[in-house]
Amino acid sequence: MVDLVRMLAGTRGHRRLDWTDWLSYAYLLLGLVLMFGPVLWLVLSSFKSAAALNEFPPRLLPYGQASVTVPGHPGPLPLFRVKLPDGSTRQLAELRRIGIQATMIDPERPEEEFKVNIRDRERVRAFHLALENYTEIFGKFAFGRFLWNSVFITVVATLITLLFNAMAAFALSKYRFEGQKWVFLLIISTLMIPPTIILVPNFLVVSKLSLLNSLWGVIWPAVATPTGVFLLRQYMLTIPDELIDAARMDHASEWRIFWRIVLPLSAPALAVLAIFSVIWRWNDFLWPLVVLSRTENFTLQLALNSFQGELTTQWNYLLAMTVLTLFPVTIVFAFLQRYITAGIASAGVK
Amino acid sequence: MLASSRLPLRALAVAIATVALNAVELPMRALQRLLGVPRIGWVFVTPNLVVLGLFTFLPIVIDFYYAFTGGVQLDLRARPFTGWENLQTLFECGSYLDPSTCRKDLFWRAVHNTAWFALLQVGLMVVLSLVTALVLNRKILGRGFFRGVFFYPVLLSPVVVALIWKWILQREGLLNAMLHSAGIAGPVWLNEPGWAFSWSVFVSIWAHMGFYTLILLAGLQAIPADLYEAAEMDSASPWRRFYRITLPLLMPNLLVVLVLAVIRAVQMFDEIFVLTGGGPGSATLFIVQFIYQTAFAESIRLYGLAAAASLVLATTLLALTVVQLRISRQGLSGKAGRDDG
Repeated sequence: MVDLVRMLAGTRGHRRLDWTDWLSYAYLLLGLVLMFGPVLWLVLSSFKSAAALNEFPPRLLPYGQASVTVPGHPGPLPLFRVKLPDGSTRQLAELRRIGIQATMIDPERPEEEFKVNIRDRERVRAFHLALENYTEIFGKFAFGRFLWNSVFITVVATLITLLFNAMAAFALSKYRFEGQKWVFLLIISTLMIPPTIILVPNFLVVSKLSLLNSLWGVIWPAVATPTGVFLLRQYMLTIPDELIDAARMDHASEWRIFWRIVLPLSAPALAVLAIFSVIWRWNDFLWPLVVLSRTENFTLQLALNSFQGELTTQWNYLLAMTVLTLFPVTIVFAFLQRYITAGIASAGVK
Repeated sequence: MLASSRLPLRALAVAIATVALNAVELPMRALQRLLGVPRIGWVFVTPNLVVLGLFTFLPIVIDFYYAFTGGVQLDLRARPFTGWENLQTLFECGSYLDPSTCRKDLFWRAVHNTAWFALLQVGLMVVLSLVTALVLNRKILGRGFFRGVFFYPVLLSPVVVALIWKWILQREGLLNAMLHSAGIAGPVWLNEPGWAFSWSVFVSIWAHMGFYTLILLAGLQAIPADLYEAAEMDSASPWRRFYRITLPLLMPNLLVVLVLAVIRAVQMFDEIFVLTGGGPGSATLFIVQFIYQTAFAESIRLYGLAAAASLVLATTLLALTVVQLRISRQGLSGKAGRDDG
């Protein structure tokens, strides 16, 4: 038994499981609740119907009105627990309701009708996933449009980022030309110029290029990432020059060398940059907020922001949209966490 | 089975790559003949430089132009030169400690809020990140899993982060439900200035501490284990080991984390904007939101004033970056004040 505890705690054989271990686990457990709890609550809530969301205090799991289908009646009928005049309690289905009087039937014996005062009954709850939250956002709010805009920006910007940054990194790692040092310094120096301080003039540049209210107005300013150039250059420096010299012997052009030799060999670094680029672009907020002002051009982030600001926020739909928005990033995280953490630990990119 | 299902995708990728290679190779070959081999490097860096030139370097120049011109026109030629007026407007103040005595009281409120926010958020976050990194550095079961737990919110978009917490903090949200079951009637958290500010600090720590934890954890793992073994042989107390080995050796990482966190806290915008909209009143209004509102959200768009405020922010960031470069001897290590590329 003690061995089992010791194994679970992962302590070394000669060390007892002392109070600091217990404290560590308590801390991590608290962290687990605090970090994952809110997200889990969001996901659970997103499956609740609007009526269930209005309940206070809320239930943990999504519950909805239980209903039953009775032959001879169209559609499912809502179920209630009814206290009958003779003192007994039965589950009845509601046929119709006029004022405070409801006409109800027993699902088992549909021929007999009961007149029930609505004060003598309460709803029967059943576990119910309100999947309509998810299906209706596509029709009601043009969610598909926002999704497409976000996917388009993310994919196209990432592809261009990979190409442009790899080209620059190739030149900066495999050639020695005049002014090369300055180019490298120039690119890296933009690390110190966050987009927040050039918001206003960048708006002018983008409007002069007729890119306002265009997805390209979000894409182009984002594709020359200094982090990407730095990351790829460091990696390409490790590719032996002999490979390139051998290709030159075979009269391969420089572009062919880049495309056929250096790019494939840089795949691991390209993958890391691709992951980061996807997350950056998917999550972008401030710059799209400035550039895209027409609703049909909104990305998911902008759509979420504008819906939550409305006077009567329809939380059931908003929650479903939020879950769908965090879904891709969660998938990336679940499968590629190792690459992300390695990227951060080595280059400090985020 | 698996290989065959992946084959069409692979074939497609190869086809695209071949087309791209051939389409670009001809002009590139011509350029190569023209420039020679080392100088062809310029061609490879050109796309990047053009993009950076257009969307980073040119805007810096225009930023100054805007800051020293007035009016409400976006077009540069339509803006009259006003010299220091924009900056003077920002800095005209009875006392910098009391925003209500300033001409642009909103700007100074934003400055005050940002300063307090940076102080509280960074202070608490660095301590929490350090504690978390120390715990994660122990020999415990499920270390990778717990590291992921703390890191996960870092990847969430600011809008999603804000909505997650807005949903919990609303009038009939989870937090008030939990307080209700304990017999306490919770306030509408985000409608009260003090609470809104505190929750802004908390939510931003929640969203970002995983990143700093990771950097500190990498630093901890780089400390040679034999130092601790030697200390153990000298039967040094854990407290002493922490003070004499861990802390001094982690100091470079800790300072980098500190400066980096300050640089980002000063630019805080997204999640707080969605969470509180800067309110109630101006309780959670920060500098970047002031810039955004002045230039894009008001009916009279004062680009000049916004650009002047940007320059103030830029100067602050530059000073912080210089501090960072002084501290981290590695110099340009890629750790940067921007988190989007």
